[in-house]
Amino acid sequence: MEITRAKLGAPAVDGGGEEFRIQQQRARDMLRGDLTDAELEAYVEERVLATTLDKVTAWAQGNSLFPATFGLACCAIEMMSLPGARLDIGRFGFEAFRASPRQADMLILSGRVSIKMAPIVRRIYDQMLEPRWAISMGACCSSMGVFNNYAIVPADKFMPIDVHVPGCPPRPEALAHAILKLRAKVQGNPPRGWRERYEAIGTEEVVGDADRPGVNAVNVFQSGETQGA
Amino acid sequence: MTALSDYRRREESVTYSAEPAGMGLEQEMMTVNMGPHHPSTHGVLRLILTLEGEVVRDIKPVIGYVHTGIEKTAEQKAYWKVIPVVERMDYVSYYFNAYAFCGAVEQLLEVEVPKRAQYLRVIHMELNRIVSHLIWLGTSCIDLGAIGMWWYAFREREQVLDLFEMSSGQRMHTRYFQVGGVIEDIPRGWVERVKRFTRTMRHRSEQYQALLDRNEIFLQRMRHTGVVDEQSLLGLGVTGPLLRATGNPWDLRKAAPYCSYEDFRFRIPVGTTGDNYDRYRVRHAEILESCEIIDQAIDGLPEGPFITEDRKVALPPRHELATSMEALIHHFKLVTEGFRVPPGEVYHPIESPRGELGCFVRSDGSSKPARVHMRDPSFVNLQATAAATRDTYIADLVATLAMLDPILGGVDR
Amino acid sequence: MPDATGLELIAQELRDTLPGAVLDTLHFRGEATITVERRQAHDVLAQLKRRGYSFLASLHGVDYYPEEPRLSVHYQLLDMDAVDRICVKVRMGLEEAQIASVFDLWPGANHPEREVYDMFGIVFDDHPDLRRILMPEDYEGYPQRRDFPVGGEPVIFTYNEDKIPGWTE
Repeated sequence: MEITRAKLGAPAVDGGGEEFRIQQQRARDMLRGDLTDAELEAYVEERVLATTLDKVTAWAQGNSLFPATFGLACCAIEMMSLPGARLDIGRFGFEAFRASPRQADMLILSGRVSIKMAPIVRRIYDQMLEPRWAISMGACCSSMGVFNNYAIVPADKFMPIDVHVPGCPPRPEALAHAILKLRAKVQGNPPRGWRERYEAIGTEEVVGDADRPGVNAVNVFQSGETQGA
Repeated sequence: MTALSDYRRREESVTYSAEPAGMGLEQEMMTVNMGPHHPSTHGVLRLILTLEGEVVRDIKPVIGYVHTGIEKTAEQKAYWKVIPVVERMDYVSYYFNAYAFCGAVEQLLEVEVPKRAQYLRVIHMELNRIVSHLIWLGTSCIDLGAIGMWWYAFREREQVLDLFEMSSGQRMHTRYFQVGGVIEDIPRGWVERVKRFTRTMRHRSEQYQALLDRNEIFLQRMRHTGVVDEQSLLGLGVTGPLLRATGNPWDLRKAAPYCSYEDFRFRIPVGTTGDNYDRYRVRHAEILESCEIIDQAIDGLPEGPFITEDRKVALPPRHELATSMEALIHHFKLVTEGFRVPPGEVYHPIESPRGELGCFVRSDGSSKPARVHMRDPSFVNLQATAAATRDTYIADLVATLAMLDPILGGVDR
Repeated sequence: MPDATGLELIAQELRDTLPGAVLDTLHFRGEATITVERRQAHDVLAQLKRRGYSFLASLHGVDYYPEEPRLSVHYQLLDMDAVDRICVKVRMGLEEAQIASVFDLWPGANHPEREVYDMFGIVFDDHPDLRRILMPEDYEGYPQRRDFPVGGEPVIFTYNEDKIPGWTE
C-alpha cells in the first residue's frame, strides 16, 4: 500500500506557505521602510526573531543531547567506552548519560531487542520528553543481524529510529559518527511527521493494562501480542 | 490463560526471609521493581524486591530480557559458522565462549591442536580475562559511586582491544579461534606490544589498589557485605571468583588443565570470608596472575603452525590454492558445506572469568550441530543473589550485585 | 573422568542398589555417561551425590528428534575432590515429559530446570517455582524443540517495507 507522506514537506511555521515572490516583496518593503508599527512588529516577530530562535534552539539541542543510560547487550560495552578517555564524546557534549528517561533526549539502543524487552524499550521511549531521538546501534536492533530468529525483533518494528549504525558491534567511532549525524539532523530541524506511523508523537504517561485492572503491567502490548510484535 | 495467571501469582508471591519486626501501619512491606532498565543492574536484569524499610526481605530476579535464541540459531549453522554466534553470548569474555565451543568440537573430532595455537589461545584468553575484570571493575565502581575508577579501567581496556584488533581485525567478537587452532598468526610487533602492556598493567593495577584500598567509603561498603558461605555456594552451583573468595581454590586451569595451562606457573588467589571485599581482591589479584601467564606464554611461544594441518577441518593456506587441486577441493567443501563431525555428545568445561563455562555439543554426524548448550557461569551464579542479599540493606544489594558480576548476555543467551 | 572400567563399577553399584535404574552406559571421547530410567533418576542422582559427585555443574535439555524417545535431560555431575565428571542422561517421550526436580539435592538446579521447562516443555515435579524464565510469560510453544521453527523475518528497507505483512496498514 502506498504510504502518504504529504505532511513531510509541510512547513513548520505559519505563513511559510506563502509564495516566494510575495515574501520577497514584503522583505523589500521592510528594507525600504514601508512597513510601520504593528505591521513591522508582526513581520519581525514572524520572520527574524522566530526563525533565529528556532535555529538557536536547534543548535543548542543538537549540541547537548543527553543519552539515556540504557544498555542491552554487546554494543552497550562499546557505547560505554564512548565517554571514555580515548574517544571522549564529552568534546561534543553528549557525555551526560541520564539514568531516567525523563531527563534523556536520546535513546541509544545498544544491542539486541528480544520480544520480552521490546515493550519495555517502547515504554522507555514513550516516557522520554520531546524532542527525543533514537539511535539503533548495531546489526541486531537495526535488522536482527545474525540472530534472525524467534526471540529477536528489529527496533524499526515498534519505534521510530532516527539513525542506524551498522556493525556487530560498531566501533565507538562509528557510534560517535552516528551521534554527529544526529546532531546535524537535529540542527536541520526536520519535521518529525513520520513518527506518526508509530504513534510516537508525544510523551506518554504510564498506561494501565485494561485486561488486568489495578496492575500497571510492564507490557504495553496486550497479552498475546508480544509474539511477532 | 491459566498458565499466565499462574505465572503472575508466583511472581507476586512473597516469601519473607525473616519475620518482619512489626507489621503495623508504620512498618509496611513495600514491593519495588528494579530494572530491567536500571543503571546498576549491569544490563537488563529485573529484580522484584520486597522491602521492609530499607532491608531486603525477598528478592526475585526476572531474566530473559536479552534472550537471543543463540542456542537455536547455532543449530541452523555449520560448525565453523557457529563460532561468531556463540561469541556473542557472554559478550565480555568472547574468547572464552569461542574456546569452549571449539574445544568441544575438537574433542568430538579428535583433532590435535598445535602447540603454538594453544599458546596463542592462552595469551588471548588471559588478555580477555583482564579486559573482563577491567569492565567489571569500572562498572562496579560506578555503582559504588567511584566514577573515577571507570576512566582508568577503560583506558587499559582500550589498550587490550588494540592488541585484539591487531591480531584479528576486530575489537570485540573477534572470531580469532578456529576449530583446530587460530585463524591467523600474530602480526609483527604484536609480541612487544603485549609485553609492554603487561608491564604497564602491573603498574596500573597498583594504582587501582592505591585508589580503592585506602578509600574508607569503598571499604565500608565492601567489607562484611554480601557474605555467603562456601557450602551454600557449592549447592547453588557457583564457581569462579565468587567461590574462590570463600577460600575454595577451585580453578579448572589448575584442577583439570586444558589448552597447555599445565605449562605455566601461576597462583590461584583465594579469599577468606567470602564477602564483597574478598571478591574484589580475588579478581584484582587475578589480573596480575593473568599478566604472569601472558608473559610466560610470550616467552615460551613455540614456533610451528598456528592451525592444524588437517585439511578436512582447517582451510588450506592461500598459496596452495593456486597449485594444488586437492587444496581447492578441500577449500570448496569447507566453505560450502563445512566439515562433518562424528556423532556423539561432549561437554567441554573451561574456566571463564566468571566461573565454569561448559559447552555441550551434540553432533548427529552432519555438518551442523544438533544441539549446542552453554553452561554459562553468570546464569548459575545469579542464583546466589538472593542468598547474598536477603536481610541486607538495599545499598548493599547494589554493591553485592556489582561484585557478583553477572553478564546478562550470558545469563539469557 | 572415570575410565570405562570405573564407569562400569559405578553403574554396577547403581544396579545393585536400584534395580532397573541404569539403562545404558557409554564411554565416549573420555567422557562417562549413564542413561537412567526416568522415574528413578532422582534416586540415582542422590546416590551419586552421596558417592562424591556432589556438584551439579550443568543441567540441560536435549531434543533427539526424530529419534524416540525424543526429549532428554542431562545432569553433568562433578566430584571436586577427585576432579571427576559423570553425565547422567534421562530420556523421555513427549507425552511423558515429566521428571522429579533435583532442587532438594542442589538448590542451584532452580534456574536450569526452569530453563529446560521453558525451552523444551519438560515438567519438573516438586519444583518450587516452575514457570517460564527466558521467554515472555505469555509465550506459547517450546522454542528449542527441533520441530519448532527458528523464526525470523525479512529485513525492512525502504524499498520493501510495503511488502512486509503487518508493517503498513
